[in-house]
Amino acid sequence: MAKISIDGIQYEVNAANNLLQECLSQGLDLPYFCWHPCMGSVGACRQCAVKQYRDADDTKGTLVMACMTPITDGGIYSIQDSQAVDFRSHVIESLMISHPHDCPVCEEGGECHLQDMTQMSGHNYRRYDFQKVTHRNQNLGPFLNHEMNRCIACYRCVRFYGDYAGGSDLVALASHHHVYFGRHEEGTLENEFSGNLVEVCPTGVFTDKTFSAHYSRKWDLQTAPSICSGCGVGCNTSPGERYGSLRRIVNRYHHDINGYFLCDRGRFGYDANNSPQRVTEPVFAQARINGNSEASAHKSMTALEAARQFEAMTGGEVIGIGSPRASLESNIALLQRVGAENFYPGLSDGELACVREVLLLLREPGLHCPDIRGLEQCDCVLLVDEDLSNTSARMALALRQATRNAATAMATAARIPPWQDAAVRELAQHERSPLIILSPQGTRLDDVASDTFLGTVAQQIRLLNAISRCLDPHFDAPVESPELVARAETIAGALVQATRPCLVSGISAQSPALIQATANVARALRIRRKGETESPVDLCFAMPEANTLGLALLAEGSANTLSAALSRLAQGKADAAIVLENDLFRRAPAAQVNAALAGQLPLVVLDHLHNAFNAHARLLLPAASPAESNGSWVNYEARAQSAYRVFAPKEPLRASYEWLTPADPVQLPLIGSEEILAQFASAHPGFAALRKLLTQREGLSAVMKSPRQLPRYSGRTAMQADKHVHEYRQTLDPQSPLSFSMEGVPLQKDSSLLSVAWAPGWNSNQAISKFQQEINGELQQGCKGVHLLTRDGVDASYTQTAQLSEKTLSPYFISHLFGGEEISAEAAAIQARASGPYACIDDKRARELGVNQHGRIAVHAGELSVTLPVLIRQRIAPGGIGIYCAGELDRFTLAQELRVEAVAEEPDMLLRSREMFRHLLINDSWQGRNGA
Amino acid sequence: MSERPLTRNIDMSREPYDLLQYRQAQGYEAVLRMLREHSPADVLEMVKNSGLKGRGGAGFPTGLKWSFVPTGEHAPKTKYLVVNADEMEPGTFKDRLLMEGDPHLLIEGMIIAAYTIQASTAFIFLRGEYLRAEKLLRQAIAEAGAAGLLGPNIQGSGFGLDIIVHTSAGRYICGEETALLNALEGKRANPRAKPPFPQVSGLWGKPTIVNNVETICNLPGILRYGIDWYKSLGKGSDAGTKLCGVSGRVKNPGCWELPLGTPIRELLEERAGGMSEGYTLRAFLPGGGSTDFLLPEHLDLTLDYDVIGKAGSRLATGTMIVLDDRTCPVGMVGNLMRFFSHESCGWCTPCRDGLPWVDAIFQRLERGEGRQEDLSILEEHLNYLGPGRTFCALAPGAMAPLGSALRHFREDFEAHIGSGACPWQR
Repeated sequence: MAKISIDGIQYEVNAANNLLQECLSQGLDLPYFCWHPCMGSVGACRQCAVKQYRDADDTKGTLVMACMTPITDGGIYSIQDSQAVDFRSHVIESLMISHPHDCPVCEEGGECHLQDMTQMSGHNYRRYDFQKVTHRNQNLGPFLNHEMNRCIACYRCVRFYGDYAGGSDLVALASHHHVYFGRHEEGTLENEFSGNLVEVCPTGVFTDKTFSAHYSRKWDLQTAPSICSGCGVGCNTSPGERYGSLRRIVNRYHHDINGYFLCDRGRFGYDANNSPQRVTEPVFAQARINGNSEASAHKSMTALEAARQFEAMTGGEVIGIGSPRASLESNIALLQRVGAENFYPGLSDGELACVREVLLLLREPGLHCPDIRGLEQCDCVLLVDEDLSNTSARMALALRQATRNAATAMATAARIPPWQDAAVRELAQHERSPLIILSPQGTRLDDVASDTFLGTVAQQIRLLNAISRCLDPHFDAPVESPELVARAETIAGALVQATRPCLVSGISAQSPALIQATANVARALRIRRKGETESPVDLCFAMPEANTLGLALLAEGSANTLSAALSRLAQGKADAAIVLENDLFRRAPAAQVNAALAGQLPLVVLDHLHNAFNAHARLLLPAASPAESNGSWVNYEARAQSAYRVFAPKEPLRASYEWLTPADPVQLPLIGSEEILAQFASAHPGFAALRKLLTQREGLSAVMKSPRQLPRYSGRTAMQADKHVHEYRQTLDPQSPLSFSMEGVPLQKDSSLLSVAWAPGWNSNQAISKFQQEINGELQQGCKGVHLLTRDGVDASYTQTAQLSEKTLSPYFISHLFGGEEISAEAAAIQARASGPYACIDDKRARELGVNQHGRIAVHAGELSVTLPVLIRQRIAPGGIGIYCAGELDRFTLAQELRVEAVAEEPDMLLRSREMFRHLLINDSWQGRNGA
Repeated sequence: MSERPLTRNIDMSREPYDLLQYRQAQGYEAVLRMLREHSPADVLEMVKNSGLKGRGGAGFPTGLKWSFVPTGEHAPKTKYLVVNADEMEPGTFKDRLLMEGDPHLLIEGMIIAAYTIQASTAFIFLRGEYLRAEKLLRQAIAEAGAAGLLGPNIQGSGFGLDIIVHTSAGRYICGEETALLNALEGKRANPRAKPPFPQVSGLWGKPTIVNNVETICNLPGILRYGIDWYKSLGKGSDAGTKLCGVSGRVKNPGCWELPLGTPIRELLEERAGGMSEGYTLRAFLPGGGSTDFLLPEHLDLTLDYDVIGKAGSRLATGTMIVLDDRTCPVGMVGNLMRFFSHESCGWCTPCRDGLPWVDAIFQRLERGEGRQEDLSILEEHLNYLGPGRTFCALAPGAMAPLGSALRHFREDFEAHIGSGACPWQR
């Protein structure tokens, strides 16, 4: 800590930071552009100039850039000094020289950092009366608009895109006042974090193209704190609604998880909410009762009729199948309705087996599950199998930052402060902390990897066991080849040398053996480190869906599996079945699901999008989407977080837990998500921690509700005037501490329910600094969620891992960020980036099969035969074959032994596959420092 | 002993000395003795004590600059020497003379500098248009390499040096030492923040010394003839000789090696032969395009860093641009502003967006459409683009001729306003 004086007032500040950051931490208004809390200082824009005085006798002072000025104890500074004020007004004046007069039609208007800073710097009239510089814009793909004429050349975009997120196709071009930020040629921005440019750009150069399609001003959007349902990370989001449709998603700061950044699936997948695939009314398949399968016999119902039908159909013993993409409340409601013995987690058997392993590991005292910020601090990472960039992308972004810890260490040794971003990068060059990747194919993180090992799951397990053996000689592992042992020794060495080593994997491979082998390495590492440190070893597993872990927790202690449920259905060993928000064709072999359907039990499905499975429901109940319902979600760390509905769903939509709770569903108020959680938490000691989540909420709603609408929310009295001249009554929301109105406790200082950051003079998202305890710190009064698990287990000894056969040709399954997740895949912009199913093979196999790049092969597994376009990659596991199912192929049947053969090429098919592969971001030149 | 250690071998009417001729003229003797007799620390001490100041423009003491390079056990093993041969300062053509006239002198100097900081790789960052210099340097490097004067183990000394000639793609900003390093790394030629200085974290993050061609060419003389001799070369407070050039309407434009401390008048009247027939001296930029104008009353000042500094300008590159009485000063400065505006790298706001505004105003003045307010906007820019305001020295350099022009030629600026055309062209 250091004491400094700014404009005569004493402040106690953190001496490790720069002056700008500390001014902002103290709540002072000092304009800036190029500095970003997460990206440090480069001194380009010169907007944050202040006066620095040598000592108390110095009356003249020197103009310095606050962002480039280290704090010195006893330092004397002035923001208000007239020379500094004058200089800052000059800077903003020249930044605005070529900026267009288009605020009224600019989509950034009203949440524009440039507007805010211009006002703060006091620039009004343009004195520059010459021709402006203009630019040609580029089509950057389905996610982003490009309006270079608005650019003020702060260089933030390229620093985020290239330096922070590892993208290579957005660069600064040309020089002097013609400097241009774009691609070398028009085309889709490749990086999976491109959407953050919308928030990183201080003005309207990069704006959200999906938002443009149904644009609304920031202040006209109704928002609520929400949790992304795109994967198991649990990023905090702020979705915005207007006129009953979801308009966009922006980042909501969470200190431990997403910080300032979201992935593009999370940001642009929201449009599934507005998809024509939405289930908008109850669908009752009368026909099926009569044995007539004509679709026209489906009957629409009101909510009341549907609720009665639901009750009528689900008497007696009912099988309930839960869902990892439904909220904890909905799963609890189903569990309570059908009873624990009839509740089946709707995870595939493989996933369930994996998650059960993970739950044990999350209780083991010798291990620790890092949050995203924790991942960023690790100085050696062993990433096992999981293609994080395509499954839990935010974690991949964190690992990319973790590789920079070596740079920070070098900088500290060279007395360069870590916030001197350009200087640190310059000093460290390509020096990175070790990131070792074990994977069946080249991944997007390979460019920062220190070592990559391409191997099938079986091969990876052998290497992992060898690593455990290197770490702990008592570990019982089979004797391996000298090459593999040498490799294992190098990796073990890197783990041992690290101060904070970390192991990361996931359950995408659906292989419990892989999870056990990974855990064994963590245990062996802990044993090896004993004596030096008692701190637990970081180990975490990415979860594919927003509530995978929550669902598994609910089903813990039960032996129920999905196949058991399906065979009960097939054998008719129940009176009915309820399936909650789940497409079972994605969870089990099609033959098994079809057999279950053939059992002809009355089937009720609750879902918000039509899919292949719920088309078979006798009664399909329209469920509110996550944006339309309150709910809690348990992320990969077992952290439960609350999301609030952004807007009330249209009748007859109900949240699944509302449909499922057997009160009279017609009477208002319907059961609240809080009631469900509270009751469940009191009845189940294992979930007692949920009460803390509720207490956090109760504290909030005790006084007065907080508004979902900003004070400037317009058109409230007019927006329904086409239907009725009288103003409609506001929708009530007894279930949450938020109201569907502009009235209530404003959230200007309290960030516990903060969905949109706003502070006087700060209309853009940069206002978040006003809600942080310090820059990059915790939110004041923030709700961080609660951890449902404690480390109350026992330190397990090593788990024996099954030796997997390496003889047969069984595929590995490829994940894609766009299209790989069920719900976001329905968003139009995501679809524009998605590909269909394909197979991936290496050169050798391609030659054997006689198939060319983008040609086709036939794949046979059991009774299943499919023809797939082929992607030939240099970097895949020797002898491996990858299959991307795109939500269409039956992964479970394909997981058996495969037979492949070439199929004659047809020119138009070749063209079509080529077009499809164009969307995929695959670069086999990334291969880590040591290659593979 | 020579009074012209930099140019003693130079005769532009013939080809420069090849290795044999250069060695016959005692070339490389200093290096060979250094490798035999002196430790790097000795050489550093010698260069420090010689009083040699950087000849690229800033005039920073060379020995002091070198002393910031970390040494000892924990210092990075890899270090680099970079010679700044990107001579793009308007009116400057002195390094070209050295490289085209005596390329081995530069190589010898580079061996000395690299030895002192223990760099085993050195780069010559050469202005792309200097095709002849490139050819001659490459030849000389090949000759020196073949003779064992470059390479892994020079003359069995255990010290090795490779020299790589890198020709620039051509931006003025590449003359800024940190932008030069970025360009050399293949990045955008934007300057870097200082600190850290290149001596600590330079090329590819390694300790790096960047010196101007002329600075390096001073080293063989210092080592061969000693500090006292070197100091005695200067007539005034500064040590050594300086290449001085004159361009503009003089009888004999060119470049000469003069002792530091020589009166400007001697340079202009004796060497350059005075003003051309019919032209009178109006003012001059003493050290290239980014220095302040001095007036005829300053002709008796001596060519010393401090003396010129006290008069309100800079000796900088020592290459004088002469403004005569029949050339429009507004046009001359406007030309410079256009150059500097175009050469801004685009990194920091005041330079990127300020200089084009200045340039646009000059164009309007040239057309005779200027307004009185334009002059106050120009004046505002002097402060706005002044030292410490911008990321590097490019814009403050550009403001030097502008500021002094506004002071000295105010009536010429006024005469342009509302006149419909440049008065000099009517």
